[in-house]
Amino acid sequence: MGYPHKPHPKETVLLSRYFGEADARTYKGWVKRGGYAALEQARAMEPARVVDIVKESGLRGRGGAGFPTGLKWSFMPKEKKKPHYLCVNADESEPGTFKDREIMRWTPHALLEGTAIAAHAIQAEVAYIYIRGEFTEPLAIMDKALTDARSAGVFGNLKIHLHRGAGAYICGEETALMNSIEGKRGNPRIKPPFPAAAGVFGMPTTINNVETLAAVPHILTKGAAWYKGLSLASPKSTGTKLFSVCGHVQHPANYEVTMGFPLKDLVYELCGGMRPGRTLKACIPGGSSVPILDRAETESCLLDYEGVVERGSMLGSGGVIVFDDSTDMVYQIMRLARFYAHESCAQCTQCREGTAWTTKILERILAGQGKTADLDLLLDLSENMTGKTICVLSDSCAAPVVSGIKKFRSEFEDYIAGRRKPVMVA
Amino acid sequence: MSDELINLTIDGVPVSVPKGTLVIEAAKQAGVLVPHYCYHPGLPVAGVCRMCLVEIEKQPKLAISCATQAAEGMVVNTQSAAAKSARTGVLEFLLINHPLDCPICDQAGECELQDFTFQEGRAGTRYSPDYPKRFNPVEDFGPDVLYVPNRCILCTRCVRFMEDVAQEPVLNVSERGDRAYIGVHPETRLDHPWAGNVVDLCPVGSLLSKDFLHKARAWELDKTASVCTGCSQGCNVTLDTRENVVVRVRPRPNLEVNRYFICDHGRMNYRWMNRGDRIEAPLVRRGGELHATDWQDAFERVTTMLRGAGPRVVALASPRASTEALFFARELFRGLDWTGAFQVVMGEEASLAGVPDLALRAERAPNGRGAELLGYGRDYAAALAAAESAAVVLVLDEPDIPVRTAGALIYAGTVLPERARDAEVVLPIVNVAEEDGSFVNRDGRVQRYAQAKPAPGMARPGWWVFSELGAALGHGEPVGSAAEAFERVAQAIDALRGLSYEQLGFLGKVAAAPVAV
Repeated sequence: MGYPHKPHPKETVLLSRYFGEADARTYKGWVKRGGYAALEQARAMEPARVVDIVKESGLRGRGGAGFPTGLKWSFMPKEKKKPHYLCVNADESEPGTFKDREIMRWTPHALLEGTAIAAHAIQAEVAYIYIRGEFTEPLAIMDKALTDARSAGVFGNLKIHLHRGAGAYICGEETALMNSIEGKRGNPRIKPPFPAAAGVFGMPTTINNVETLAAVPHILTKGAAWYKGLSLASPKSTGTKLFSVCGHVQHPANYEVTMGFPLKDLVYELCGGMRPGRTLKACIPGGSSVPILDRAETESCLLDYEGVVERGSMLGSGGVIVFDDSTDMVYQIMRLARFYAHESCAQCTQCREGTAWTTKILERILAGQGKTADLDLLLDLSENMTGKTICVLSDSCAAPVVSGIKKFRSEFEDYIAGRRKPVMVA
Repeated sequence: MSDELINLTIDGVPVSVPKGTLVIEAAKQAGVLVPHYCYHPGLPVAGVCRMCLVEIEKQPKLAISCATQAAEGMVVNTQSAAAKSARTGVLEFLLINHPLDCPICDQAGECELQDFTFQEGRAGTRYSPDYPKRFNPVEDFGPDVLYVPNRCILCTRCVRFMEDVAQEPVLNVSERGDRAYIGVHPETRLDHPWAGNVVDLCPVGSLLSKDFLHKARAWELDKTASVCTGCSQGCNVTLDTRENVVVRVRPRPNLEVNRYFICDHGRMNYRWMNRGDRIEAPLVRRGGELHATDWQDAFERVTTMLRGAGPRVVALASPRASTEALFFARELFRGLDWTGAFQVVMGEEASLAGVPDLALRAERAPNGRGAELLGYGRDYAAALAAAESAAVVLVLDEPDIPVRTAGALIYAGTVLPERARDAEVVLPIVNVAEEDGSFVNRDGRVQRYAQAKPAPGMARPGWWVFSELGAALGHGEPVGSAAEAFERVAQAIDALRGLSYEQLGFLGKVAAAPVAV
């Protein structure tokens, strides 16, 4: 990527090509860089054709679930009987993830163009871009870009609204986001009905992640086949992906690589490796909600949807959190659990009570008052919290706990046995 | 819901249900009660308690039976190891912050958290006693509702009732995570005229009725099917009695009349049933004073009075009297120039927005329609005027009637007001909680109510008193039960022809012919 440093030779800069260039933020600057050509191209096509192209490209959702984008668009009713809506999920709140923020900060028009193309493909007349409340700078930039592009008349009849979130993690869950747009409490909804049948305001809705939509113009201008060719390992994972790397690496930043890129190279080459004298201990590859990888798994992991699953985790949002050997895994896991306990929407029993209980147990282990039975209890609670609730927040709390105990059990046992100095948890 | 039937198997029992039926409802047909908290048939589905998780063959994950529609060939297993363990897990989570204060909780004995924990909960807790439990002080939500947040399991039934049924959304879920609680709008109170239903809907002891607070333990209560006397809607209710005292009125589901709800006016309309100042023996006038006597003597006085009287008689009846009592009270005057009338107290109407045709009706009388069917009129002023020159006036349980008559006054009632002391004969009758009988509601639905407690002293049901009197006058055999009494009514009144007590059942039947008034 172009900001805050020059692209690494092993990066494939597509979305991040203009990061750092202030001129690219302006409407004129964007058009000069070939912007909005894809939108014109799409407008000249039947909506179904655009859907097919995106289907052929193999583009999958970049928000976490990795659902094929073209397929998702094709779920919208063919015969339009009600208003169609497009929601853009710019509520990037997953701990460890900061890619959408950079897309909006540097290339706001890329998102607007992708949004307009998607809206054309699904025949939506209104699009809501739901921006995380804390993203004040991206919001201002998006607002300016939207005003400029609108006055240039590029959106035709499409109405695009920016909707600012109010600070809840759960509003990044697609149905909670829709409730939030409607002015309701951001509670996830039971599915079915799925958004394509009844989404925002009960109307057929498609919801896509910022990075997903930012990739769409490239697919149209360069072709589905070209995009599909961007794949180093599994043919089911195509294109480029932005990885937000944070933690104990030399150069934490966003990096854009082709799907199937080795995680090892990302950490040791692109990020400059670990801090001096430190070795890699663990890595969370896809944002805080996915299972933790140990060193061996990290170093043998390929970064695409299938590759990460093969190592027992998930690609998720592409938020890579790297831990070196100085890391207290028990503490890190407690911090994650506490985050989920704080953010649980309180609807489902398992999540509301389970996330808080898990946090209490972890805090007590850290305080040196844990019991051996606590580890089995944590695993059993996690089992009860997995796959049984409306959304996956509860599962997300369980994932690091289960993988953490499995892979770093001795650290927990050290606290319990008194071999490690207790940590006072504030 | 369509007519198309879906066949599925629940715990090995095959059932057929209309398309669109939820698995949890289909299970009821199979005789299986899937444990649940947030689901209620009268409310929109929330799917949040996650208690009704069941295993459905060929589905990778457990499904909540309250939000899953029955599908053809579906095989549901509510008792599989996975489903049971998931529900045990939910119960454990629900209890970690629960105070377990059942010994002082009004809900104990009728608490779904207790019941399902006994059924499939863990014997002990794994929640360390060192961890503090969530604590919030008791909150005064409204005129009759207290909120005990510590017992709350956040099923949101109360929130959904106020939002979707009462359509006055003053409750919400406030805060997030395990800090969540039910909040009430800071500038309002939970004072909707139907707000009391949240107490019934609450599956635990979190929303309590102040009126019922610490009055009785659930297992001390006897329950009797009855009909509310608060207005002409005729909501089905259950009278809860403790040692022959009515202590609570709760709705009894009847989808045709009140669904699962009653209004607060009806809920609070029971204290008079327990009045202690009752007439306990027949009274007859002797030497200018009323003296207690036996029924035989009282009947003789009345028959003598009626045999020697002129032709004009007037009956001023209460629209709270049973159809049976009103019928035999009229039969008493067979062959005479009879005028019958009733008066209805009017009040404010209060509808329940989310349920069509359900309201606290302005007419605060449960049996005005029945009285009309039997020929009693609404021109009360004319009846009162006619009473002045009538030979005999019968007042049926209207203690506050300003009746003046040159003739003889017969007063049949539950209590003895000052005015009734002019009566020649006073006949003690029972109130609605003390007899079997029926009312006809505003829509012509004939509904039975049952006896909840014994009558005081020698008081008897109105139908018994008047049918015995009729027999003494030679009008045929007296009747021995409310069912027999109703049979006579049904024979005599066209609109009710063909109906029997048995047919009416617990939910009533609409009178066959439209009632011409």
